[in-house]
Amino acid sequence: MKIVMAIIKPFKLEEVRDALTAIGVHGLTVTEVKGYGRQKGHTEIYRGAEYAVSFLPKIKIEVAVATDQVPKTIEAITSAAKTGQIGDGKIFVINLDHAIRIRTGEADAAAL
Amino acid sequence: MKFKRSHSAGLVALAAGLFAASAAYAEPTINKGDNAWMLSATVLVLLMTIPGLALFYGGLVRTKNMLSVLMQVFYTVCIVIILWAVYGYSLAFTGGSDFFGGFSKAFLSGVTPDSKASTFSVDANISELVYVCFQMTFAAITPALIVGAFAERMKFSAVALFIPLWATLVYFPIAHMVWYWAGPDAISDAVKAIAAAGSDAAAKAAAEAKLAEVSADAGWVYKKGAIDFAGGTVVHINAGIAGLVGALIIGKRIGYGKDLMAPHSLTMSMIGASLLWVGWFGFNAGSNLEATGGAALAMTNSFVATAAAALSWMFAEWMTKGHPSVLGAISGAVAGLVAVTPAAGYAGPMGAIVLGLVVGVVCLFFVTVVKNAMGYDDSLDVFGVHCIGGIIGAIGTGILVNPVLGGTGIMDYTTGKIAEYEFGAQLVSQIWGVCTTLVWSGVGSAIIYKIVDVVVGLRVNVEAEREGLDITEHTERAYNM
Repeated sequence: MKIVMAIIKPFKLEEVRDALTAIGVHGLTVTEVKGYGRQKGHTEIYRGAEYAVSFLPKIKIEVAVATDQVPKTIEAITSAAKTGQIGDGKIFVINLDHAIRIRTGEADAAAL
Repeated sequence: MKFKRSHSAGLVALAAGLFAASAAYAEPTINKGDNAWMLSATVLVLLMTIPGLALFYGGLVRTKNMLSVLMQVFYTVCIVIILWAVYGYSLAFTGGSDFFGGFSKAFLSGVTPDSKASTFSVDANISELVYVCFQMTFAAITPALIVGAFAERMKFSAVALFIPLWATLVYFPIAHMVWYWAGPDAISDAVKAIAAAGSDAAAKAAAEAKLAEVSADAGWVYKKGAIDFAGGTVVHINAGIAGLVGALIIGKRIGYGKDLMAPHSLTMSMIGASLLWVGWFGFNAGSNLEATGGAALAMTNSFVATAAAALSWMFAEWMTKGHPSVLGAISGAVAGLVAVTPAAGYAGPMGAIVLGLVVGVVCLFFVTVVKNAMGYDDSLDVFGVHCIGGIIGAIGTGILVNPVLGGTGIMDYTTGKIAEYEFGAQLVSQIWGVCTTLVWSGVGSAIIYKIVDVVVGLRVNVEAEREGLDITEHTERAYNM
């Protein structure tokens, strides 16, 4: 099992969710995060005060999937979240040792 | 508040003829229409401060200090209302010296529902209690304006001590100096008495002495001939310079110029600025004290100067920084309201538009270029908007009152006519008003800050400042979401 973690542009969240649902991924955790990559930040001006804001708002999504599902998941996220502009985000794949559904106690593949 | 030019013997003689026919003095009456307008104007001025100013300022600070600003403004209103009733009104609006009134109306003694207060017309009075309350709201907003200069770092106990001291030692005297005078009825009665004396030399001399005495019964700045319709000097220059002195004495916020100190809610600030604009009609048109065309002129000017200043700030920022900002537009509106305050009942509408266009650009220059060059941390630009805007308004009023430029001219109550306008003399008078306020408030405020620093300490400690004043001073958070 793997955790597929993706940092995406906030306005792409609904498209990514639809793409994941279409390939049979039925669970998703979303967090509002800030960060920077190659996109860098922007400048904010309040009267005489100018601030270089380097952390931009992004959405982090995390999905737990069976290992053989990973390529399809990555493909779904990539195609849905891509604009071709700098700042589209990144996908990280992380090993997942164990998963349990709290309500039933089911474990691992059955819990996903 | 309008002004009567000091009389000259020749004009008095002329006036004597005018009033000769009516030797019997009518008892002034309270006009219900004027009274109703002043009751309404009074609550509009309260609306300016709470929630208007509180939200305007509150939106401009960081989330962690929102409540501290709301609390400081709300506290200021409440404490000054009490001081005003106990001795403030008496100190500001009774005769005494050129600089302070007396204590004859302390505890509002003798002020009853039947008491009358003069307006700017002979024989048209309003209830003195409504005048007490109207002026009370001015006394309340002025120290509340200062709060913006030392926002996000002052101890609440320091604010709690500073505000009553400042109101007592700075506001009440300045209000007395600029606005206190004997009133049109007293002047008119004295002029009538001279006429009634006829050829009786002794009676005439006594009556002339009475007129001289009545004319001398006024504040220092008033007698210098400075005109300030609704408080450009008393409210804005006064609070603005006190704010600058405070920002210099208390020092910069931790992380100033380095950390992100963006306003936490420009939405709140926009609501606050708009409430300020609405309430300001009570402030400016109410300062006419009568529901006449003069009030309508003040209202018109408060519309057009404000809009002009918002636009000039916005376009100037667009041209120099590349973007028009909401904060710029609302800051410009406030600057326009500040500048039109002394001019509201004196300038013509086209003059007011020019005043607004000028003040928007000049205040933008002060809060960006000058503030950054000087390096002081006036958190919410009390100096750059209120003091600078107030000075432009005070000087501008001296120019725009000129009937040639569409202004109203200045009433001479000894003749009952508009006095001849003299550019140089009026400008000198206005500069007296500006400088007296700058010096009195600047020095007085510095002394008061030092006293407060010794007694309770001005500034919260470093940890509290980082944590935010809401939790450390008030044990609350603005938003539990």
